[in-house]
Amino acid sequence: MSVFLISAISIATVLLFGCVGEIITEKAGHLNLGIPGIMCMGTAGGCLGVSLYMGALSSPENASWILLVLISILFSVVFAAALGAVYALLTVTLRCNQNITGLAITIFGGGATNFIMSFVDRTHFDPAGKLISTPLPFADSLGVFGQVVLGHGVFVYLAIAIAIACAIVLNKTRVGLHLRAVGESPATADAAGINVTAYKYVAILSGSAIAGLGGFYYIMDYIKGSWENASTIEGFGWLAIALVIFVLWKPNFGILGAFLFGACYIVAFVISGITSTQKEIIKMLPYVITIVVLVITSARKNRENQPPASLGLPYFREDR
Amino acid sequence: MEKQTVIELRNITKRFGASVIANNNVSMDVKRGEILSVLGENGCGKTTLMNMLAGIYYPDEGKIIINGEEASIRSPKDAFRYNIGMIHQHFKLVDVFTAAENIVLGTGEGEKYDLKSAKTRILAMSEKYGFHIDLDKKVHEMSVSEKQTVEIIKVLYRGADVLILDEPTAVLTPQEITRLFDVLRAMREDGKSVLIITHKLNEVMEISDRVAVLRKGEHIATVNTADTTEKELADMMVGQKVTLNIDRPLPVDPELRLSVESLTLIGTEGKPVLDGISFGAYGGEILGIAGIAGSGQRELLESIAGLHHLESGTVTYFNPKKDKPITFYHKSYERVMELAHEGMLRYADGRDFTGKDEYGKSLSKKTVKALVNAGEIFFKEDEVINLREKTPLQIRELGVRFSFVPEDRLGMGLVGNMDITDNMMLRSYRRGKSVFVDRKAPEELANEIIASLQVVTPDTHTPVRRLSGGNVQKVLVGREIAAGPKVLMAAYPVRGLDINSSYTIYNLLTEQKKSGVAVVFVGEDLDVLLALCDRIMVIAGGKVMGTVDARTAKKEEIGLMMTGAAPAES
Repeated sequence: MSVFLISAISIATVLLFGCVGEIITEKAGHLNLGIPGIMCMGTAGGCLGVSLYMGALSSPENASWILLVLISILFSVVFAAALGAVYALLTVTLRCNQNITGLAITIFGGGATNFIMSFVDRTHFDPAGKLISTPLPFADSLGVFGQVVLGHGVFVYLAIAIAIACAIVLNKTRVGLHLRAVGESPATADAAGINVTAYKYVAILSGSAIAGLGGFYYIMDYIKGSWENASTIEGFGWLAIALVIFVLWKPNFGILGAFLFGACYIVAFVISGITSTQKEIIKMLPYVITIVVLVITSARKNRENQPPASLGLPYFREDR
Repeated sequence: MEKQTVIELRNITKRFGASVIANNNVSMDVKRGEILSVLGENGCGKTTLMNMLAGIYYPDEGKIIINGEEASIRSPKDAFRYNIGMIHQHFKLVDVFTAAENIVLGTGEGEKYDLKSAKTRILAMSEKYGFHIDLDKKVHEMSVSEKQTVEIIKVLYRGADVLILDEPTAVLTPQEITRLFDVLRAMREDGKSVLIITHKLNEVMEISDRVAVLRKGEHIATVNTADTTEKELADMMVGQKVTLNIDRPLPVDPELRLSVESLTLIGTEGKPVLDGISFGAYGGEILGIAGIAGSGQRELLESIAGLHHLESGTVTYFNPKKDKPITFYHKSYERVMELAHEGMLRYADGRDFTGKDEYGKSLSKKTVKALVNAGEIFFKEDEVINLREKTPLQIRELGVRFSFVPEDRLGMGLVGNMDITDNMMLRSYRRGKSVFVDRKAPEELANEIIASLQVVTPDTHTPVRRLSGGNVQKVLVGREIAAGPKVLMAAYPVRGLDINSSYTIYNLLTEQKKSGVAVVFVGEDLDVLLALCDRIMVIAGGKVMGTVDARTAKKEEIGLMMTGAAPAES
């Protein structure tokens, strides 16, 4: 049971990073379908950072936990945000169609990641992965509770902290009010003197940076540095976008939603004695739930739990 | 005591493109503690002028002087710096935010974000001016009047001393208007200047201290409300009659084609958009419809075309079939028998065709078919059809055609990215039995229209979007005329066209009238309506104010009716 919970929390962490990143972007009125590609890019960046740092050391044993974590986060964030910047340039400044741009970014991100990972030195991934996933202190001494709640690497807690911070910023601060106004009605925000373009860029870039950490966490912490190709991470990216709808664009709901999605994802691997067909059916559950949520929210016609009103629409000031 | 001048406009000119002059050399002033009405017809430039104060547009020429100093207002933010705030017709509010969130949006940069103390300040302000507002209510749950209140408070919260309201009463009920006016008076007492853009004379008289009248982009006069009358203002608004040389033959044998009886349509706001409209359109004449924009013209034509679900009323179409043989082209055997029972049909020699033989026995389907196909059965009268039972497609097929030129010109009727031929096909793609559409006939039609209306285009394969406005309209109107309509409804067909293109369209409509078509023309320019039409129906606020003879009617009389004043007795 504890294995199941630990795995579910790990998958949930991957999804939570992606989900919170996408929520921030969507709150600015941009549906970023490039998130799967951006998560891949964050992975590639983080892994590159790990290999550069580990490679520079005389021996892997000398690696410092704090330096390794900081360097990998920095690289991951910069790479993911760079790809996010491409998306932002295309959709905000050049006003390209967001869906098409997003899909192109995803396809590009997956390919670029496979390319980068093909020359990254992966010899030190195994020790680095172990170091990054170092659990909190006391995890071993507190039995099942310690294992399940405290037995994760720092990224799990980082994800939860970011989600909570986002919820607070969005709902309790002026910046959040302005960001939501930009996503709901950019013309109104503009007339109120809010710099719409700046808000959009910042939201897209920070959203991308956060999402990128999800991919890196999966590779370096959850599967301890083994690498095959980008497609698994892309899959998580799509699931994260579905999760945004499921949690009704609320980052704090995202924590629970991500756990539920993670559990659905992992349960298929944990239950023994079921056929592969049944496994695939269970893995479909998150998507089915998302569709059900969409049907329910649109049928209720509740204006509160809808996507931002200007989601997907480019904004021209001259259009007024 | 002379009131202090807050804003002076000096020789303001604003052009859009090379040819459109929205404001020409306008000079006027605004005083502290007054309510000033800016009065004028549609397109007279009153909103443009005010938008220059609000920072939406920037004047091409002239100066704006605020409190004695020359001001440069380049954005709404600049306008707020000069304490000017504008409440637009389309509210700029975030639907899912509460009133308070909307009001504080974009303010207080650098201060602590504290909605609670902001609310206290807003409530104090509401108290002062007599607003009724629930600050925690979400905007999407609000009525139009509440939203307007939020907009006004939003502007006051930003410290505006000059408030500009664009047609504030257009969407309000009479009680709400009374309440709004009370609030505006309270603001005036507080030393604020209130500018109201309007075309409603009675409200001008009721609320304002002074009236600035604009006509065709020019400032005609600013007068004290107390020294003027509605009649005088209406005269200033519409100006002298301009004689246009449009060929207008007298209608020949007008026959009732379309009869509309007490048509009522409820709009999305729950208020009637059309309120008991009745009129008849006759073949061989042009019926003009005059009214301030948004009085229900568009909805009226759309209702006739079958595009709205009507609350009540009838739309009857008299299909010109008298003395014409009935065919199976649009009629089934059942319909023929129905018409026979109604006594609508006769034999070629004049005997009634009742669908029965001399012994009172119903004729067999085979016999009837043979008779009809041989052209032996004729209509005795025009066929009477209730259009409310028909689909928009059926209505079109019956010959009731509708062309509407919206403000952006491409919004309705044409697909911008498709070429002229393809746009012709939008009306013909259902013809023929083949799975492939017939491209030849539309291509010919396209060439015909290009030639006859002198459409300027490289070829028939140029996307309509790339044609100039006038040419787009020629394509749109030309297509509907080419279908050989019996009733042709054209709304704003000359919107934005130059003189020559306009005349081409006028002549087209007159041609149609001469060939017996009932033409319904919705126009903006009263001079054109008076020169082109045979009768003019004036509507205001979804009601018919009266119908006048276009050959004898006075422009001022129509102008007064358009503003909702009592219909003229003639």
